[in-house]
Amino acid sequence: MKPLKIFFIIFTIMVLVPRVAFAMHIMEGFLPIKWCITWDLIAFPFVVMGILSIKKLVNTNPKIKMLLGLTGAFAFVLSALKLPSVTGSCSHPTGVGLGAVLFGPWVMSVLGMIVLIFQALLLAHGGITTLGANTFSMAVVGPLVSYLVYKGIKKAGGPLWLSVFLAAALGDLLTYVTTSLQLALAFPSNPGGFMTSFVKFMGIFAVTQVPLAIGEGLLTVVVINLLSAYNEEALVALSVVSKEVCCEEYEE
Amino acid sequence: MKNMKNKNLLVKNLFLILFTVLLMIIPLLTLKNADFEGADAMVGKVITQVNADFKPWFSPLWEPPSGEIETLIFALQAAVGAGFIGYYFGLLKGRKNAHR
Repeated sequence: MKPLKIFFIIFTIMVLVPRVAFAMHIMEGFLPIKWCITWDLIAFPFVVMGILSIKKLVNTNPKIKMLLGLTGAFAFVLSALKLPSVTGSCSHPTGVGLGAVLFGPWVMSVLGMIVLIFQALLLAHGGITTLGANTFSMAVVGPLVSYLVYKGIKKAGGPLWLSVFLAAALGDLLTYVTTSLQLALAFPSNPGGFMTSFVKFMGIFAVTQVPLAIGEGLLTVVVINLLSAYNEEALVALSVVSKEVCCEEYEE
Repeated sequence: MKNMKNKNLLVKNLFLILFTVLLMIIPLLTLKNADFEGADAMVGKVITQVNADFKPWFSPLWEPPSGEIETLIFALQAAVGAGFIGYYFGLLKGRKNAHR
């Protein structure tokens, strides 16, 4: 009886949730100028930190370049896939969690911004005026959340797959929570103000993004699985897996 | 023993990918009346609902002239990324096999 009940509740929510979802990145020109500048300024230092972080990584371990390319490529593929969701509209995953797990929170600010610039210039998706805001949500908050979740679960002694899965899924989800926040700040509801707008944007958003976030989590685990089978040295070097763990597995 | 491990990995990964695909297919099959619009077009509507006076103040420098061209660019984006991922793991696998 119980699972049936849960299914029924979820189904009801799915039907009742309005079939509008604004999704993905904030469109060109859709953010008032003062907010564009604000988010540009906020995102800028993180991108600088990302560039420094990449420089340091490549200097200490030149072989890491290919792996950096891989995380960029992963974000590139996932951002291109507009996937159907339970709200009857489409959105796309971000793919930035993988890089955050491998390289720490700042590297993806640069790679994520490159993806955003590509999509803004060639696909009219997102925008140049909203680049700062979109970089902040997808390339700063997303990876930062992923990194903290990953580290937290690792510290608590959770298995690698679980930490990677939750890191990627929550990073994806929180990216869109941030977008809702940015929109609600710029467009507070006339009666009700910021919170009403935020709840409104979030109610639509959270539901659309949940299955996509789960999908992104699963695919990130696939990549980490492949890396631990074929490029264990790199994972050890980046201290994603510890030496003891890898050797234990070898003896199995 | 090594072979067994790789086989287990393959099964595990295929299962994860299959589950992801299922997650995406279920809404397509169950929500027959949904139009699965690209949702960013809806942002404007929500915003004007909240603030009727707002007009977008900047438009994209260049837009794909048609849906076909847009699809082409999205497909290229995915293909380039997937190509690199395939190359990367192919290279790793080849190296590993050569070492053995």
